[in-house]
Amino acid sequence: MNFDKDLDARGLNCPLPILRAKKALTEMQSGQVLRIVSTDLGSIKDFQAFCKQTGNELLSQAEASNEYTFFLKRK
Amino acid sequence: MGATPDVALIEQIVRQRLDEILPQKIEEKLAEIKANKTPSMTIIATKGTLDWAYPPFILASTAAALGWNVSIFFTFYGLQLLKKDISDLKISPLGNPGMPMKMPFGPDWFKGINWNIPNLVQAGIPGFESFATTLMRQTMSNKGVASVDELRSLCLEAGVEMIGCQMTVDLFGFTPEDFIPEVKEYCGATSFLPKAQEADVTLFV
Repeated sequence: MNFDKDLDARGLNCPLPILRAKKALTEMQSGQVLRIVSTDLGSIKDFQAFCKQTGNELLSQAEASNEYTFFLKRK
Repeated sequence: MGATPDVALIEQIVRQRLDEILPQKIEEKLAEIKANKTPSMTIIATKGTLDWAYPPFILASTAAALGWNVSIFFTFYGLQLLKKDISDLKISPLGNPGMPMKMPFGPDWFKGINWNIPNLVQAGIPGFESFATTLMRQTMSNKGVASVDELRSLCLEAGVEMIGCQMTVDLFGFTPEDFIPEVKEYCGATSFLPKAQEADVTLFV
């Protein structure tokens, strides 16, 4: 999937992946896509809740060898 | 046909129609109000140790990331979290049976041991608190947990309001110069409670 910005949140724990993602999103344009890679198991539920609450769209989420990749579309 | 029965009939029809449409209208309006309202949270932070510094700052920074308005009211020992330098916050395992005592280094079998150290021993060893604090900081760093200082900066950056309790500032002999300049105001319960009343979430930590 294409993305406009990449956020490496590996090794970071709650709530840092969300806070970093929020910061990255504020620097982006509406409709742009942010890719986030994290290792925090809690971030799966957290990004779902974050998107539901903020209205940014969670395009996809995937897991591979204990790394979680999310694609978020900015509102 | 007289006028009186007609009025009664009209009234009955209007009443019926209103009963049909009002609940739906009210629900729509409430949903609209809810959608347009920015959620808000107030937190009362009362503890000044390294472990208890985390909940208010984690919750506040996360809520701010969700777009909420957040204020934290720091009172009693919570005022320690507003100090300019918070790198010396400590943790005390003494009298805290819920705290696992594990080593943040060495092989996995060693890290897995929970050191059950009796209170009497903990109290008798000089510097035990500093030792425990060093281990806790190392564990947090190993696990990628943010430092309290970093979380506080993130809160400030996101516009979280920090409020100091005037009474406890006076009680402990602090002055505003002891605290970060970002503290929005110093006030009492009377000023804080109306804010909490308006908030969707209020937490006491």
